[in-house]
Amino acid sequence: MASVTLRAVKKSYGKNAVVHGVDLDIPAGTFVVILGPSGCGKSTLLRMIAGLEEITAGEVAIGGRIVNRLEPRRRGCAMVFQNYALYPHMTVAENIGYALKVAGLSQAERRARVEKVAESLGLAPFLDRKPAALSGGQRQRVAMGRAMIREPSVFLFDEPLSNLDARLRVQMRAEIRRLHQRLGATSIFVTHDQVEAMTLADLLVVMNEGRIEQAGSPAELYAKPISRFVASFVGAPPMNLMDGRIAANGEFLYDEPRRLALPAGLPLAAGTLLTVGIRPEAVTIVAPGAPGSIRATVDVVEELGAGRVVHLELAGQPFAVATAGAVTVRPGEAVGLVLPAETLHVFENGSGKRLDITARPAEPAALSA
Amino acid sequence: MVERTPIFNALCQIVLLLGLAMALLPFAIVIIAATHDLRTVNIVPLPLTPGSHFLDNIAEAWVRADLGRKLFNSVVFAGCVAAGKVILSAMAAFAIVYFRFPGRAAIFWAIFITLMLPLEVRIVPTYSVAANALQPFQAIFDVVGLTGLVERLTGYRIALEWPLLNSYPGLILPLVATATGTFLYRQFYLTIPEELAEAAKMDGSGPLRFFLDMLLPLSRPNMIALFTIMFVWAWNQYLWPLLVTTDPNFGIAVTELKTLIPSEFGLPDWNVAMAGTLLIMLPPLVLVILMQRWFVRGLIASEK
Repeated sequence: MASVTLRAVKKSYGKNAVVHGVDLDIPAGTFVVILGPSGCGKSTLLRMIAGLEEITAGEVAIGGRIVNRLEPRRRGCAMVFQNYALYPHMTVAENIGYALKVAGLSQAERRARVEKVAESLGLAPFLDRKPAALSGGQRQRVAMGRAMIREPSVFLFDEPLSNLDARLRVQMRAEIRRLHQRLGATSIFVTHDQVEAMTLADLLVVMNEGRIEQAGSPAELYAKPISRFVASFVGAPPMNLMDGRIAANGEFLYDEPRRLALPAGLPLAAGTLLTVGIRPEAVTIVAPGAPGSIRATVDVVEELGAGRVVHLELAGQPFAVATAGAVTVRPGEAVGLVLPAETLHVFENGSGKRLDITARPAEPAALSA
Repeated sequence: MVERTPIFNALCQIVLLLGLAMALLPFAIVIIAATHDLRTVNIVPLPLTPGSHFLDNIAEAWVRADLGRKLFNSVVFAGCVAAGKVILSAMAAFAIVYFRFPGRAAIFWAIFITLMLPLEVRIVPTYSVAANALQPFQAIFDVVGLTGLVERLTGYRIALEWPLLNSYPGLILPLVATATGTFLYRQFYLTIPEELAEAAKMDGSGPLRFFLDMLLPLSRPNMIALFTIMFVWAWNQYLWPLLVTTDPNFGIAVTELKTLIPSEFGLPDWNVAMAGTLLIMLPPLVLVILMQRWFVRGLIASEK
């Protein structure tokens, strides 16, 4: 168990900067998920912590010790790779025990530790098999076993679940979480899958274009996304976003002359361009023309068993509504939507930054359609 | 395109059988001729059935060409050349693929260009170096004036000498460097996923450990294929061994074969010559048969 601290960490390949100064404090024992679209620099960041990439500028400290100049093996990290990177010519036991062999442990000691790890991962019957004779999930476990056997202070996961099928992914996700609860080691997990990120993280870090966009608990990021980017990236189905401007009376014009009341307390002048977002879960479907509702047309209804996602068209834009209850709407039908003002997220148009509400209105917002 | 009609299949079989017959005919003649006595072997046309003098001819060829010694030399020579090529190319490709150092690309292309300079082209300078392996250093010292300086200061004239003629190193060393092998190994290393090297790094293994624990075992089919090809190639070398060994003690079997070939006015004992040929082509044949399975795998498929 060790804390990991990043101070103004930068990475560039020649003139091409990939990571632009990342600061992050990871307390010991935390499960951190770094979430971001491909090419945002999240894997590069992980590899810099591991020691597989040189750090162009800034400092990485593990357990209070700056490791910039240390070889990977001296950093106390173990890594699980996306494609597992198992040694194809070695058996499962040899794969798991290779680090110990390099470290010069005796055969008997190696065997004992490998068996213990294999036992905990359910790999005991496969110790003499080669990786080629294993299923995807088993290979994944071997890769984890190889990381566990060194009893590292930091686990690094580089999109380890993306090569598995959907069912196995859910299963392994739970297993990784369980493993973390048992071992308590600091874990850094990189993914582009927001469900994975939300379910695993103690601390969720969203990255975009080489910068940390927001870091916080998954609930925090869900409830108060700091920018338009985080809002659209965290949560499934993604947040609905509408562009528009502030009318003279302080209401939000999203599709003139249609308007929407905003929460009170926003310091906004008339004519300001804005993006307003609302979670699909926060919207309620009512009869068309009901007071306080806005009008939309049903496009597709997705049945999920436990709930439904209704995809609609609102002012020419796609708009999703997630509901747990039964819906009776049909494609092509007109419906009314209720968007409670206190659930709206308001973002600046240019920078995409969140505008915070200083006071919340007590009464439900009025709507005019 | 895959055609599957009986006529087409039959045609394919016939063409293959014809090719096989053409390839095997010389062997058949060698084997048949090696079994007859002096009189029968000179009958025109050669009888198509084997005779009964096979062992006599073999014994005669063995003694006359000193094949015991020569075959031993050949095995040492071809074995060392092939092993040297495998080791050198594995290491050279390792350096080129896994290390970033200035001039890496230039060095790779320099190696690659030697493909265009086979031994036959550079035989004179190579011979001159083999005559004195330290000659290039001597030349450098002479050119930069070190020789003159040392002579003036100490009265000694630097004369570096390490003759390699008529020795195993002289036979073997000039043939060990190989662009083909380096290239083959480079291509193989490039198919190994980068994560494997990174995983080994995370497991604490250094470059040497990675080379020994990962690359060598993974490249075993490759190694065997390269060794087999290079052994056969070295076994069949003629010009260089002929040039560099004037002492019969270091002669190799292939060049020695000429002592068995009847001279213009000598006894036309082709039966003995053929028996000798048979003996000399046996070792590479055995090697290829033994290594065949690995050999094919090493050339066509990469292990998953």
